[in-house]
Amino acid sequence: MSTARPLPHDSARAHVTGAARYIDDIPVPAGCLHLAFGLSEIAAGEITGMELDAVRAAPGVVAVLTAADLPAHNDVSPTPTFHEEMLSSGEIHYLGQPLFLVVATSHLAARKAARLGKITCRERKPVLTIDEALSADWHFEEGPRVYARGDPDAAIAAAPRLVEGSIEIGGQEHFYLESQAALALPQDDGGMLVHSSSQHPSEIQHKVAEALGLPMHGVRVEVRRMGGGFGGKESQGNALACACAVAAQATGRPCKMRYDRDDDMVITGKRHDFRIDYRAGVDDEGQILGVDFVQYCRCGWSQDLSLPVADRAMLHADNAYFLPAVRITSHRLRTNTQSATAFRGFGGPQGMLGIERVLDHIAHAVEREPLEVRRRNFYAEADGGDAGGGPSAPRAPEASPPEDMSRQKRSLTPYHMEVEDFILGGMVARLAESSDYAARRAAVAAWNAENPILKKGIALTPVKFGISFTLTHLNQAGALVHVYSDGSIHLNHGGTEMGQGLFQKVAQVAAQSFGVAPERVKITATDTGKVPNTSATAASSGADLNGMAVKVACDEIRGRIAGVVAGLRQQDPAAVHFEDGMVRIGSTAISFEEAAMETYQARVSLSATGFYSTPKVSWDRIAGIGRPFFYFAYGAAVTEVVIDTLTGENRILRTDILHDAGRSLNPALDIGQIEGGYVQGAGWLTTEELVWNDAGRLMTHAPSTYKIPACSDRPRIFNVALWDGQNREETIYRSKAVGEPPLMLGISAFLALSHAVASCGPGYPALDAPATPERILAAVQRVRA
Amino acid sequence: MEITFRLNGEVRRVETTPTRTLLDWLREEAGLTGTKEGCNEGDCGACTVMVTGADGRAAALNACILLMPQVEGKSVRTVEGLAGPDGTLHPVQQAMIDRHGSQCGFCTPGFVMSMATAHLNGRTDYDDQLAGNLCRCTGYAPIIRAAEEAAAAPVPGWMREDAVPKAGRPDAEAELCRPDTSDALATWYAAHPDATLVAGATDVGLWVTKQLRELFPVAFLSGCDDLRTIEVTESDIRLGAMVTIAALQELMSAHHPSLAELLRRFASVQVRAAATIGGNIANGSPIGDGPPALIALGTTLHLRHGESRRSLPLEEYFLAYGKQDRAPGEFVEAVTIPRQPDTLRCYKLSKRFDQDISAVCGCFNIRIDGERVESARIAFGGMAATPKRAAAVEAALLGQPWTQATIEAALPAFAEDYAPIDDMRASAGYRLSAAQNMLRRAFAEDTGAATSVLEIAP
Repeated sequence: MSTARPLPHDSARAHVTGAARYIDDIPVPAGCLHLAFGLSEIAAGEITGMELDAVRAAPGVVAVLTAADLPAHNDVSPTPTFHEEMLSSGEIHYLGQPLFLVVATSHLAARKAARLGKITCRERKPVLTIDEALSADWHFEEGPRVYARGDPDAAIAAAPRLVEGSIEIGGQEHFYLESQAALALPQDDGGMLVHSSSQHPSEIQHKVAEALGLPMHGVRVEVRRMGGGFGGKESQGNALACACAVAAQATGRPCKMRYDRDDDMVITGKRHDFRIDYRAGVDDEGQILGVDFVQYCRCGWSQDLSLPVADRAMLHADNAYFLPAVRITSHRLRTNTQSATAFRGFGGPQGMLGIERVLDHIAHAVEREPLEVRRRNFYAEADGGDAGGGPSAPRAPEASPPEDMSRQKRSLTPYHMEVEDFILGGMVARLAESSDYAARRAAVAAWNAENPILKKGIALTPVKFGISFTLTHLNQAGALVHVYSDGSIHLNHGGTEMGQGLFQKVAQVAAQSFGVAPERVKITATDTGKVPNTSATAASSGADLNGMAVKVACDEIRGRIAGVVAGLRQQDPAAVHFEDGMVRIGSTAISFEEAAMETYQARVSLSATGFYSTPKVSWDRIAGIGRPFFYFAYGAAVTEVVIDTLTGENRILRTDILHDAGRSLNPALDIGQIEGGYVQGAGWLTTEELVWNDAGRLMTHAPSTYKIPACSDRPRIFNVALWDGQNREETIYRSKAVGEPPLMLGISAFLALSHAVASCGPGYPALDAPATPERILAAVQRVRA
Repeated sequence: MEITFRLNGEVRRVETTPTRTLLDWLREEAGLTGTKEGCNEGDCGACTVMVTGADGRAAALNACILLMPQVEGKSVRTVEGLAGPDGTLHPVQQAMIDRHGSQCGFCTPGFVMSMATAHLNGRTDYDDQLAGNLCRCTGYAPIIRAAEEAAAAPVPGWMREDAVPKAGRPDAEAELCRPDTSDALATWYAAHPDATLVAGATDVGLWVTKQLRELFPVAFLSGCDDLRTIEVTESDIRLGAMVTIAALQELMSAHHPSLAELLRRFASVQVRAAATIGGNIANGSPIGDGPPALIALGTTLHLRHGESRRSLPLEEYFLAYGKQDRAPGEFVEAVTIPRQPDTLRCYKLSKRFDQDISAVCGCFNIRIDGERVESARIAFGGMAATPKRAAAVEAALLGQPWTQATIEAALPAFAEDYAPIDDMRASAGYRLSAAQNMLRRAFAEDTGAATSVLEIAP
């Protein structure tokens, strides 16, 4: 079995020797030019003059382009419903917006020249915050979107208790280690070859074709690997690729662009920041009877991917909990800041933090153990046999009745999809046991009683994350597989490699299909010339979609080989087996190489495409009704922290995670996603703070001021285990998507901090995110008051 | 200008310009693209290389803010030179593969160079050794597992660097000076008072990579070994201006462990190995971590201009934001710290523990004579436009009984000493209350209460 093996990342050796090439490492032909954008210094206004003579006269400058110089479309938006200029034609929407393009003989010369532009503007007062956008009534779509089920107002009014509040949730900079980059090589037929650090080669192809005025067949895009993506390279690479292509067409020379780190942080979008207001009606045991959420989502200046991000936040406002009557109102607010964009979780984390905050607040209000309150509100557990977990998996404790008082089945989401695969009852029970949660919670209380200055906290939070693109048509993938006559296998598919190990997983799928060792499968760069019309590698879908497409292609070729080798021996093709590098036909066995050669000599094709589209999904995003997700991925984490009540400094002491990757395609890579996702999620909610000044300037535009977790910030004790189950849906070898869900395990760190703060006084901490030392100290002072 | 150094075992003589960074030279001229640019400001470690000086000590340094003249006479090893000549991987490389320590792989060359340097130096305090390398994918756990797995393996023979043949004395150039003594520096600087002095370049490097400045006239001090001396006498500790933060950290672990701990959190190993105490002071930043501690210790600053020298209490050097008591052509030659019983407590407050700039850095040197405060020297960074003593707080404590009541009574004095500002690191209000609470912490530590989250086990 090639799948399920913990093989290393396919590029691991190239990574550790420095041989792995990223865009800026690709050897370029002589005469390659380098690009930099000149950026806006104000957040809102209108350009009244651009004095660029000094830029043109600067050493090494070959050309300077403005919006007027562009040959075709000046639009790098990923969505057809919004126009996003690559270079401003007059309007300035945010501080950092590209205004002109410098083409020079070196990266440094381009950067130096780009600072010499003299731009005069008619400035406007920028709209920067959620409140300013609300008062200006500046938003995307016609108004707030509302998903609802039942009558939440009546339920809340009738409930014995009301819990209400608000949480501010900061954004997050991706901080992929490789900044955005692209390289365009003009071809002799007027076409363009583009190397891009992008999660979405087909979109790069599409946007470059539009920018050049070419049909898509005139542009080929290749992506071997990215130095991290996390959603930040889903749409944000469009501008660089188009700039390179336009400059390459204009000069006839190869053109390369990479953002300096500060430029990258100032120009590109980040995770959306949110404010979520909530009102929940609960009973005395903390069971939710009705809940009303208002999500305010700060989208920045451009629509980009904000609508589906905001949708996904709404779709995760329930997380693991059955909400008998619910309304979720979502405001998609426009501001004069960087256009917020995709980031691992894609709105899901914000929506999920909202409901987890509500559960934490409810537990505090009804003075119940938070885990007990969570379990009481869980969706109904699926049948064990279907949901996986194996015969040894413990069943959920009987914490909640299977039906509520209104006789509703406790498995219906706010968007009317049945949760058929809920396994968190069993998972949480096992995690609580393996992490010794109850005893440690008691120990934390005892410790806090004895220590006046340092306080500990502990929290267990679950994750239920919906898997599928909510834009249903994106749930498709293609693959191209060749078997050569020597038995070596060439693999290509539409997914991109950004570190997640997709290529290795999919190679394992191919090797399994042919019964050969994974080393026989050659992994190749994603290439729009090989597999067309691909979706972004996003929404955790990479292995689900591309693994299936590759399996389809491999199975097709395998069938043809079986037909040939069986036919030659007057056997039934059904009796042909591929295993251990051999092809067995009844009692005969030949090597896979020989089988390939026989197939070739029989004049049968050894090349096939594969195609896959996700079944079952169907979704009306306007009504908020349907089945947006093929299935759910689950996980749970327990985090213990300590805070200093004098300064708010804090530390994660221990984290235990149990995560559901279905029947894992590669447990080592999956655990890597879980560990990394957790730390990234904890960073989002603790040290990573984005700060804009009153003029709209991002003040945290470099790693000196924006602090992602460092080595010592990982939990001292870090236990990660995979749930021993399988996907009840027919996914690739019954595995589950694992890219995004683990990020939300970091919510346990945030709520552990809240728990530690709560030990300081009677009040509810109402901690905002990120929980910096400053916010923690303020919360300590609040609960004591 | 010509530079001679060893690159992955081979002696190279190269013609370059003084503001060329080693990273750009490696990637753009030497064709060695394994070393990555992540941030171009010394904060992410993707460009980490191993640099061995004439003394044979190897250090991990950030190539992005290492200017070419700084590697003169040194051996540089990049990721391309980490595996053996026959392709055998270094133990840390093999362990990184075996323990799944790379995902996107972009930070990996920097990590393996930091790990290999730590391995060579026998260091196993990985959280500190790797604090200057950021990874956004793995959450670090598998990297630490890899480092632990490789620890027992012997250092491969190819990691030992041969000495670099001595180049001829560099030509004197009008706008460029590479002195090999402080006397030569003094003479040249007096004649070129508008020059930039480059010691470790951990700040000046950013003038080049971020502000895109040219530095001429410029002097590179790395040849001035006589500025690197440490003299410990009965009465004083005298530190030459070019003593690195790393060397000071090592020294202070015996004299003032709290300062050593503060310096452990001063940037990263890569930065501490390059940055100098003279640079940290001369630069005059209100948020440098060296000055508050040194002021609390009663340090004297020694300045030199040509042949004339003068000394002053360190706190008097910082006049206003961006303004120091230093004449054109005058440079920091040394500092002296009086020997004293250790009562120093240093508290660094930042959003992230490691490799972060202080929002507040509070240093308390309070001596208790039996029950009363006999002397108090308290200084803060991040609370004013300069590193500044807390004169009013000191006065409120002096002669008072060392009790909680005295502490509480002294707290309002902070607002007399400091009017901090709001910025992206912290608000003024938080700075002030955290500073006050640091005094409470200093007292609580004496009562035996647990006060450091860094010392708490789960």
